Order: sequence, then C-alpha cells, then structure tokens
Amino acid sequence: MGKRTVIPFGPQHPVLPEPMHLDLVIEDERVIEAIPQMGFIHRGLEKLVAKKDFMQFVLVAERICGICAFGHSLGYSETVEALMGIEVPKRAEYLRVVWHELSRIHSHLLWLGLLADAFGYENLFMQCWRLREDVLDIFEETTGGRVILTACNVGGVEQDIENSELAGIVIRLDAMRSEYGELLKTFLKDRSVKSRLVGVGYLSKEDAFKFACVGPFGRASGLEDDVRMFGFGAYGDLAEFAPVVSNDGDGYARCEVRALEVLQSIDIIKEMVDKIPDGPFNQKIKGAPEDGSYSSSRLEQPRGECYYFAKGNGTKFLERFRIRTPTSQNVAGMVQTLQGCELADVPLNVLTIDPCISCTER
Amino acid sequence: MGSFHLTKMSLRNLFKKPATKMYPVVAPTYTSRSKGHVTCDMKECILCNICEKRCPTHAIAVNKPDETWSIDNFSCIQCLSCVRACPKACLTMEPDYTKAAFTKSTVTLHKPELTPEEKAAKEAAEKEKAERIAKAKAAKAARDAAAAASE
Ligand code: SF4
Ligand code: SF4
Repeated sequence: MGKRTVIPFGPQHPVLPEPMHLDLVIEDERVIEAIPQMGFIHRGLEKLVAKKDFMQFVLVAERICGICAFGHSLGYSETVEALMGIEVPKRAEYLRVVWHELSRIHSHLLWLGLLADAFGYENLFMQCWRLREDVLDIFEETTGGRVILTACNVGGVEQDIENSELAGIVIRLDAMRSEYGELLKTFLKDRSVKSRLVGVGYLSKEDAFKFACVGPFGRASGLEDDVRMFGFGAYGDLAEFAPVVSNDGDGYARCEVRALEVLQSIDIIKEMVDKIPDGPFNQKIKGAPEDGSYSSSRLEQPRGECYYFAKGNGTKFLERFRIRTPTSQNVAGMVQTLQGCELADVPLNVLTIDPCISCTER
Repeated sequence: MGSFHLTKMSLRNLFKKPATKMYPVVAPTYTSRSKGHVTCDMKECILCNICEKRCPTHAIAVNKPDETWSIDNFSCIQCLSCVRACPKACLTMEPDYTKAAFTKSTVTLHKPELTPEEKAAKEAAEKEKAERIAKAKAAKAARDAAAAASE
C-alpha cells in the first residue's frame, strides 16, 4: 500500500473557470477522498434585498451569474409574481421561454467547448464557441445585451420581439442545427472523445438519487428529473416534453445528455414561435408584497433545478430572498465520483457536473 | 470516423470569412437595440430629477440651480430604467459604447443658451405667471376681507 498524500486542487486551476478548492487525499495515483471547500467569491447578493426595492432587485439577481443570467432574473420574477399574485401576459411567458432556452443553448455550447478543451481537443472547443457566438448575437439583436440581458422583470418582459424577428431567429437556429450536427457527431462518435469519457466518473442511479443530484448530471445517471416537465409558465403549452435521460452515469453520458438538450431547446423555441399569441408583454406593477407573505418557485436552469424563495414585509423591500442553486446540489455527487478515480481524471470529473460557483456562493 | 466530419468543417472554415473581428481596428456592428451609453436632449429636459431617483447605481446627477445633467458612464449598467421613467422622453440609449479610459469621469450636459426670442418668450411667460399669482393673491385678500366684514 502506498503512502497517503494530500494534494490541493484549486481555487486557481486551469480547468476551473471559477474558484473552488478540493483537498485530494491520494494514494499512489488514486484519489481516496476529496474534501471540497467553497466560499471564495461570496458577494452577499441575497442581502441586497434590503437596499434595492423589489423591482430593482431583478438587476441584482441577474448578476448572480454570467451564464444563467436570464434564468436568475426569470426565477426571481416568477417568485415575486407568486408572492404578489400577479398574472403574467401570455406573450411574455412565451418570450421568457424563448430567451431561457436560448440561454440553455449558449450555456451547453460553452460547457461542451470547455469539455473539449479539458480533453485537449482544441479545434472542437473553438467550433463550439464559434457557434455560441451566434446565440449571443441573437441576444444582442433582441435585447441589446450579450450576457446581461435585462429582458425580464416582475410582471412581464422589458421588450417585445416582433413576430418577424422570431421567425428570423428560427431560421438562424435551423442553420446552426446543421453545423451543430457535425459537432454532435464528433462528440458522440469520435474514438478519441470516447476513450477519454466512457466509464470516467461513474455515478449510479441510486447514488444520484441519494445525493439528490439535479439537472443533466442527475439525468445522465438515469434520474428522470426536469422541472420543465411540470409545465410551469409557457412550458405547459408544449405539445409534449420528455427529459433527455441516459442510464450510463459516466462522463460520456453527461456529454450526451447536454449535447442532445441543445437540439431539444431548438425544438422548444420553434414550437414557442409557432404558437406565440399576440397581445401585451408587460404591465404596470402597483403595491408591494404583503407583510408575512412568502412564496417559492422552481426553474430548470441549464445546470439543473434551481429553487427560489422570497418573503415580503409590506414594504417595497423584500424581507428575505434565497436561492438554492443546482451546483450546491451536485457537489455531493461530484465528491462521490471523485472517490477512487485516477488523479488525471479529476479535472474531467469536476467539469462534468458543470460547476457554477458564482451562483452557488452569490 | 468523427474526426473526419470536423476536418470537413475545418476545411470549409479556411475559405470562409473569419468569425472574429479585429476590434478596435474594425468598427463593431451595433444593432438598433444595442445598449451603449445614455444621452440627454437638454433642450427638452425639465430637470425634474426623476431619472436620478430611478437609477439603481446612482449614475445620474441632476443639478437644478446650475441647470446641468450629468452621468457617470462607468457606473451606468445600461438598465434603461431612466430612459423608461423620463416624463419628457428626452433620454436615449445610444448604441455605441463609450471609450475605455484610465480614469473615471462624468459627462456633464448644460441647458443650452437661449436665443433672444426664446429668452423673451420665457421672460414674458414668467411675467405673466407672476401677474397671475399677484392677481390671485389680491382676489383672495379681497375675499378674506369681505368674509371678515360680513361676520
Ligand atoms: S427624467 Fe428626463 S426630464 Fe427629468 S431630469 Fe431626467 S432627463 Fe430631465
Ligand atoms: S441606464 Fe440604468 S444605470 Fe444607466 S443611467 Fe439609466 S438608470 Fe442609471
């Protein structure tokens, strides 16, 4: 038996886009235990509800994370709408879904690129990010922002997308789909990609359930869990929705689930554009959340289920606002996948949960 | 045979225009909705202070006595709250970004100098207003006096 050593991994590490620290207890080249440590970028954003009123706080919520920016503004708005009993115009709900699914596409393309980079396939990495630029261009044309969109607010959305523009988006996504198909083939069929991913970081369905894993990470281990299938908002108007699930539970399965979800998102956007009703997209909000009222909501972010909680106190400032992010759910599962893996596979295993530390620490 | 697909794509890309731009040598393309910086049409502005109150980052400062409107573009987060709130619709979001700089600075806009005709019109309006107020005051005093006399 070899001698045990502790290797610190992170918070600054080439494979980590964001800071997280792991103490890896290793024996020879094998990881025996991984102890995660977080809290390097805590910014105290939840506390800002005491300083920004509930209409302005959406701007703060949006800045929790640069990748799920639209998702967080949507989750916050839905929670406050539930708190105040506001009904959102139908058109706004559809537009929200369009933007949210576009965010999912850009988030997954970003992750696929990072994955390609992690196993050393630079060309694939750059092609993924080149396609992702198209989605950011759509964002800029429809909202004026590329990362922070400021498109969603309590009561609706800030600006409309004309029907002709929506049709244009669908045409562009269709063009993207054929190019993306080539990347998809590489991700799913290439021998070098498979040799790097198949069997790496296995997590069984039981473990995924035990550690309450969410999002593509859980779905890759066979958990049929996707908040979109409960039909909140305009998701309820989809003709059918079945989550993308794989039963393999390894790095390849996680890559497959995310890669196929991009196509699913394109289909959802197409369906939304086909069905979108005309009408108002915004409304004036009067009053403030009642004292003692509270509400919660769930949203399927690109990384998994995100839970929001808000409590009112009768003033225009919320009493409390809380988010439970998908990454904080998935860290336990990640630690499980690290146990017993090779040291060289650690970066890949950390990456395959798609950690978003900014969201988690807020 | 996945790599072969990517090779085809790479070869295609050799003959395509580059996906990136040599910014700032090549000017960026802005869309009509791009959020660059906020400007104010000082001819229309009534210095009502609403934009200053609405701005979540306190980027705008309105000074009524000096008749100036200033913005700190480095604090502005392009949220459009001010543009939507302005009662005179005199704020606009220009699509082009402000230049990078070594020090933070604010842009201050002044009320434009009035032409002689505008000045005269403004003075006349003020005079008329003062007369109206004086008249109303006199009428009120007369009413009060009449009420006191009848008691
Ligand atoms: S809200 Fe409009 S009119 Fe009022 S001070 Fe600001 S820019 Fe001027
Ligand atoms: S756009 Fe927003 S941040 Fe910028 S000046 Fe207007 S209100 Fe302030």
